[in-house]
Amino acid sequence: MTRTMWDSSVGKKTVMAVSGLIMLAYLVVHMLGNLKIFFGSDEFNSYAHWLRTLGEPFLHYEWALWIIRVVLVAAVVAHAISAYQLSRRDIRARPTKYVHKKPRASYATRTMRWGGIILGLFIVWHILDLTTGTVHPDGFQAGHPYQNVIDTFSTWYGNVIYIAAVLALGLHIRHGFWSAAHTLGVGSRRRDRAFKAIANVLALVLTVGFISVPVGVMTGVVS
Amino acid sequence: MKLTLRVWRQQNADADGAMSTYEVDGISADMSFLEMLDTLNEELILKGEDPVAFDHDCREGICGACSLVINGDAHGPERTTSCQLHMRSFKDGDTIDVEPWRASAFPVVKDLVVDRSAFDRIIQAGGYVTAPTGAAPEAHATPVPKPDADFAFEHAECIGCGACVAACPNGAAMLFTSAKVNHLNVLPQGAPERETRVLDMVAQMDEEGFGGCTLTGECATACPKGIPLVSITGMNKEWLRATRKAGKR
Ligand code: HEM
Ligand code: SF4
Ligand code: FES
Repeated sequence: MTRTMWDSSVGKKTVMAVSGLIMLAYLVVHMLGNLKIFFGSDEFNSYAHWLRTLGEPFLHYEWALWIIRVVLVAAVVAHAISAYQLSRRDIRARPTKYVHKKPRASYATRTMRWGGIILGLFIVWHILDLTTGTVHPDGFQAGHPYQNVIDTFSTWYGNVIYIAAVLALGLHIRHGFWSAAHTLGVGSRRRDRAFKAIANVLALVLTVGFISVPVGVMTGVVS
Repeated sequence: MKLTLRVWRQQNADADGAMSTYEVDGISADMSFLEMLDTLNEELILKGEDPVAFDHDCREGICGACSLVINGDAHGPERTTSCQLHMRSFKDGDTIDVEPWRASAFPVVKDLVVDRSAFDRIIQAGGYVTAPTGAAPEAHATPVPKPDADFAFEHAECIGCGACVAACPNGAAMLFTSAKVNHLNVLPQGAPERETRVLDMVAQMDEEGFGGCTLTGECATACPKGIPLVSITGMNKEWLRATRKAGKR
């Protein structure tokens, strides 16, 4: 069964939809968690600590977090590989372009591909910045995420990279969520407006929610 | 009407092609697009030049042979086949670009003619029902609920023209294949091959080198028979169902 899944363009698209929805579910929770930053340093830092003790005493310290990380890495890798392979197939299937160009024909597809690449690069930067601290603007303190977030959004490039990526995310989800409904065969003519509406709301809520953090730091609401 | 045509000319499958410019005069608004090309070809023949090769057969919108990308749109600006497109959709003095379907699975044979036998092979992979030959079966022996019959009929309208492939930025044959799968899979006559049909037809579609679906919707916009985009959703559902069942066996 896995063989037919991965060998078929329809199956690979299914992998893309499922991994995309896993990441989407994570991002909703992640965004809501981030909003705790507006309740001050103590609450935000202890929330971050709680993430590490989640599942105790059944799980060991940080195990829940590591399980989430493994699932997410698997989802990102599966999503990116299938996106790459399917895109290559698509490009090969239309080797000769039309002389008469129509401007908007592949707008959604192109923004999904560019947006996906931006998101992939962002994920790497984001982890190196706020998880490992490797590229953090001086003085990364493990266990003090509140201060680390403020440091990042006190640099111009931190804000630019983050906001650009969140906008790309909004566009990606707007087409992606609706697209996944059709890929998984649950879309229908009757439900199409509903899926489009949910996609728009999800995209908007995530975009506003994520961007509120750098805006909060920039305006001094979070300091 | 007087028109300027820019037409893709390509001697054969291996030759390089290019757009050639022609002027045609005396075109009536009531002519079909193909009759306009006939007019051009008559002039070319009189001048001793090679006429423009294009596919056509019924000229009444049912065979799916005509296959022209007109000003970047498969079958031109109206939602119909090229043969049913009339020159009243254009204005005197217009410049019109005419190109063949573009997809690696549909190689150009000559000028505007492409080889669409990839579609035939997709049909051979599963676009049929197993039925005994002989006298017509008694119609009442196999009742079909009205909504299912309507659904099958809507999808049976596909004439296999390939405009969906031509319009899709990925050169995907998903709309065509889904029309065939949905048409037969909903009917009791198609039930014995319900799973193998969708698995085999999708596998053949991939094999032919068509692209995949990115839900752009260009196919359904171009389709002269109004096969809807959700047909693809229906095929995905059938494919997932068949894959699950095959996994259990
Ligand atoms: C690693 C970076 C990423 C790349 C390279 C990428 C690329 C793509 C591409 C090319 C598509 C197909 C677009 C189309 O069908 O037109 C897609 C679909 C999708 N993406 Fe991503 N993406 C990435 C990250 C994400 C993230 C972080 C999420 C989480 C919200 C996500 C959610 C989705 C969803 C739900 C779909 C729809 C699947 C479908 O069409 O059935 N993607 N992605
Ligand atoms: S689905 Fe529509 S566009 Fe595609 S082959 Fe059938 S009739 Fe032509
Ligand atoms: S020639 Fe038959 S559909 Fe156009």
